Amino acid sequence: MNKKRLKFLPRFFLHIVIISVCVAWIMPSLGLFISSLRGRNDVATSGWWTVFGNFFDFSQYTMENYTEVITASGMGRAFMNSLLITIPATLITVVIAAFAAYAFARMNFPGRQPLFIMVVGLLVVPIQMTLIPILRIYNQLGLAGTFHGVWLAHAAYGLPLAIFLLRNFFSSLPKDIFESAFLDGASYHTAFFRLALPLSVPVLASLVIFQFLWVWNDLLVALIYLGGTEDVAPLTVRLSSLVNSLGQNWHLLTAAAFVSMILPLIVFFSLQRYFVRGILAGSVKG
Amino acid sequence: MKKRDIWPWVYIGPTLLILGFFLVYPIINTLYLSFMDERSENFVGLKNYIFTFTKEAMIIAFRNNLLWLIFFTLFTVSLGLIFAVIFDRVRYEPVVKSIVFLPMAISFVGAGVIWKFVYAYKPEGTPQIGILNGILSKIPNFEPIGWLVNKATNNFALIFVGIWIWVGFCMVILSAAYKGIPKELIEAARVDGASEMQVFWRITIPMMKSTIAVVATTMIINVLKVFDIVYVMTNGQFDTEVIANRMYKEMFQFHNFGRASSIAVVLLLLIIPMMIINIRRFRRQESI
Repeated sequence: MNKKRLKFLPRFFLHIVIISVCVAWIMPSLGLFISSLRGRNDVATSGWWTVFGNFFDFSQYTMENYTEVITASGMGRAFMNSLLITIPATLITVVIAAFAAYAFARMNFPGRQPLFIMVVGLLVVPIQMTLIPILRIYNQLGLAGTFHGVWLAHAAYGLPLAIFLLRNFFSSLPKDIFESAFLDGASYHTAFFRLALPLSVPVLASLVIFQFLWVWNDLLVALIYLGGTEDVAPLTVRLSSLVNSLGQNWHLLTAAAFVSMILPLIVFFSLQRYFVRGILAGSVKG
Repeated sequence: MKKRDIWPWVYIGPTLLILGFFLVYPIINTLYLSFMDERSENFVGLKNYIFTFTKEAMIIAFRNNLLWLIFFTLFTVSLGLIFAVIFDRVRYEPVVKSIVFLPMAISFVGAGVIWKFVYAYKPEGTPQIGILNGILSKIPNFEPIGWLVNKATNNFALIFVGIWIWVGFCMVILSAAYKGIPKELIEAARVDGASEMQVFWRITIPMMKSTIAVVATTMIINVLKVFDIVYVMTNGQFDTEVIANRMYKEMFQFHNFGRASSIAVVLLLLIIPMMIINIRRFRRQESI
């Protein structure tokens, strides 16, 4: 059709614009990844894009930077710490949130609305408002510098959003299925464990991914409650101190940064759908 | 029946305990501490607040947060909207969206390192290793710029890192809303001879108004709390300080808990309008 030919030129520009956006967006990460595989001298004396001149000359790539940051720079230890912090912090948050969200959505009790509005209000309170009092209590209780302290703090900071998302989901479930379950003699608990939870598996999955990435990528909470000591520091804290201590050693810094990103990238690429769903639920309905 | 009445409290009990201990009590305590001296022993009235609003480093921080507020919010929301609309027109949309959305998955610290490397600076005459100076040095007579040191560029260099991370978030939400606009509406306008620009301004934007507002609110909240990027990339040097980083410094470097608390309170006050907007929106949706 005539219309099609008229549209050819704008469409050509459209593709050019979109592809340029993609190149611009991916370039910084690509540069980091390529540099992490190059030798010290190469990185310091030539731009990473020069590898495209002889891209398939594999002798220019090395894994040495990775071996060094994982052992000597402590990124291996930090990786373990990140796992030890993130997994429990995620599970605690989601479990506690599921119970509370169910109560807010499906149970009647005095103060239900005001309490839930409080949760909505707490969604945006800056973490900074809580750091000093909690750190003081932690110091007295000996919880500063321990994983337990960080798990609980992350649970507290993650709960409002988690409850908000799950409560919205639970209240969107059709009333009839709960009513007929109650008629059949089901208790609150049966309805929760046998009906609400199985139905909300996709939402729970989004929430787990969300909280996992949030805790994994957190810097501030770990910095405050764990301090900088290497035996407990997670990847973000370790990496940010390497930025200072490694300075211009870009071959190491890039490798260290990539180590800190590898797990989130895997999660992102394999579970992107759930991640996106979580974001949509959190914002459009919010 | 009577027994049931206690169960709701069992279900929300842990939540109330945790939120009470980690959020509600600290907020009240921080308010109190903001009127006390650095060791929280003596009442000092408004002294900390006077410091917060007059000290030069704080004024720079306020100015920078304002820069962030304007440029970050403007660019994340508008680029997110533009990307959502133009990506919708190509068949490879999912791939493109993944690429723009990708930075959301990595930490701000990681993003900080990525971009510190993009902005890397070598003196003129030596080969550049940062891609930004690398590309620009192809221009004749170009002098390499220390993007993070130069006071004319450094705040914008940092803000751009934030934009790079968050545009994907805005795009995903706005794209969902865009796809929700009835296609007949847009087609009808086109049939009536509306240009693409007219469709965009007269139909797309008005139809997406409320989603744009939600996204913009979220971005404003983010920007007021911005910390990681600045902490990692410049730590507030060369006039790039922001409020949250300044609070961290008062707390950990100077151990002045009074001042740190007053900065936190100011941060909260700035965010309260957003909190009210959120609660109002929620109440409207639930009609309570």
